[in-house]
Amino acid sequence: MPLTPAITDLDALKEKPEVAALLDWNRAAVESARWDRNELTAWIHRPHIRQACAVLRDHPTLRFDALSDLTCVDWYPSEPRFEVVYHLWSTPRKSRLRLKVKLAGDDPAVASVVAVWPSANFFEREVFDLFGVRFEDHPYLRRLLMPEDWLGHPLRKDYPVEGYR
Amino acid sequence: MSHLTQAPVLEPGADRTMILNMGPQHPSTHGVLRLVLEIDGENVVRIMPDIGYLHTGIEKTCEAKFYQQVVVLTDRIDYLCPMTNNLCYVLAVEKLLGLEIPPRAQWLRVMLNELTRINSHLVWLGTHALDIGAMSVFLYCFREREDVLRMFEMVSGQRMMTSYFRVGGLSVDIPLGFLDKVKAFAAIFPGRVDEYEDLLTGNPIWQERTKGVAYLAPGDAIALGATGPTLRASGVDVDLRRDEPYSAYHKFQFKVPVSQGGDVFARYLVRVQELRESIAIVTQALQGLPEGPVKADAPKVVLPDRERMKTQMESLIYHFKIVTEGFAVPAGEVYQCVESPRGEMGYYVVSDGTAKPYRVHMRSPSYANLQALPQMCEGRLIADVVAAIGSIDIVLGEIDR
Repeated sequence: MPLTPAITDLDALKEKPEVAALLDWNRAAVESARWDRNELTAWIHRPHIRQACAVLRDHPTLRFDALSDLTCVDWYPSEPRFEVVYHLWSTPRKSRLRLKVKLAGDDPAVASVVAVWPSANFFEREVFDLFGVRFEDHPYLRRLLMPEDWLGHPLRKDYPVEGYR
Repeated sequence: MSHLTQAPVLEPGADRTMILNMGPQHPSTHGVLRLVLEIDGENVVRIMPDIGYLHTGIEKTCEAKFYQQVVVLTDRIDYLCPMTNNLCYVLAVEKLLGLEIPPRAQWLRVMLNELTRINSHLVWLGTHALDIGAMSVFLYCFREREDVLRMFEMVSGQRMMTSYFRVGGLSVDIPLGFLDKVKAFAAIFPGRVDEYEDLLTGNPIWQERTKGVAYLAPGDAIALGATGPTLRASGVDVDLRRDEPYSAYHKFQFKVPVSQGGDVFARYLVRVQELRESIAIVTQALQGLPEGPVKADAPKVVLPDRERMKTQMESLIYHFKIVTEGFAVPAGEVYQCVESPRGEMGYYVVSDGTAKPYRVHMRSPSYANLQALPQMCEGRLIADVVAAIGSIDIVLGEIDR
């Protein structure tokens, strides 16, 4: 289908139940939101992300009971450098929502959501391994894919694709 | 979920338990999966999966390739369902571009995806039965798998790394005689599934080894990120083909098999039932296959026909530009998921407006399903671990990427 311009106005997006629920819960926690290519994204301020996830999971109508994916994007050299991306999935409603948290390059740390969805365990370890983002209160934050003694985080943009580091 | 709440004991702790390494070179781990088992006699106290032996950095490689070059990489992450990965990736890029795909290409994609599902499930059934000790099923399954691989070879020239789908449609139209082959296969296959079921479903030894083994409750399955047949066997009625239809799936009639058992036997039943549903979808695709082009009308994205290149200047220029410079994709991000034979295969593609993807992340179903393994096996016998690994149908290439 042809592309239509993205909607980024929070007030215009209030008709989406996910955005309305987040705004009702804590307006200050929501940085911005975007509706683009039939997908909804909400940026959450870093201190509130675990709470936001718990609210969306326990919400009586939204019921985002599954975390389908968790990953990260490195926007090096611009700041804030990292964006941790959460793909929420509601199995009863069959709907999806993307949450994002921006992290500064000199302090890439965010609260772990393993307590909210246990499936975040491997995903957070992978992001820690490949991007060097630390997840606070993760039960077992160690390298997962790379060898334990590896130096550097390969998916960072300042890490070369080939050749020597 | 004891493996989540405390750090695992990797050195021999209490006098009763010992640490046993299973893998990475163990025939029943379906690749190079290493499991660190803490055992008390024959009982498994704790399991710690250790992965990464096949990590090749495909996500990083994708960032250095043009959008059309990434299609070839997507085959390699899962050698049992290359078409599903091709489809998921091209759907994601097409969503970024806002491309409209002609109906014939959509229908062929559905047909080939269901054949891929059959191919993957046959390998699963054969190896899973082999793990548990039913040797002959393997030979039956690989007989039919050979037919499916020959069909893949007909359309793409390759048996396994097909790379047949392109951004904007298919690479070429299907060859003459392909549909007859599919028709003949669709006619014999339901009978062949009966043969597998004759060997296993009522077999008392099979039931003894699978019933009540590796139980996974529906709530745990969702929380641990399980998808696909593993989730449906725990009684959660979810199928992305029906719930979030892609390609032409909304035009097909099919049932979603769900079982309440939650054990290895339930997963077996769900997948065997899916074999029957898949062949029904292939039959519907054969009956209603529309005529028309297999590539979208987007000269800046889709490579032109060779014939037109020889007569039209424009086509030659577009061909040259796509091959040398790629095609620019409008900035944005999409998450596209499809129902792979193992569960939810998702591609998260971020574009910064250039001809190379800024970030490609693959959400692989085996990766998430593997997290449910400790929940299934802890407190049970070592022999059941083998059955549990087989029942979640993992592919290590997809886990490690």
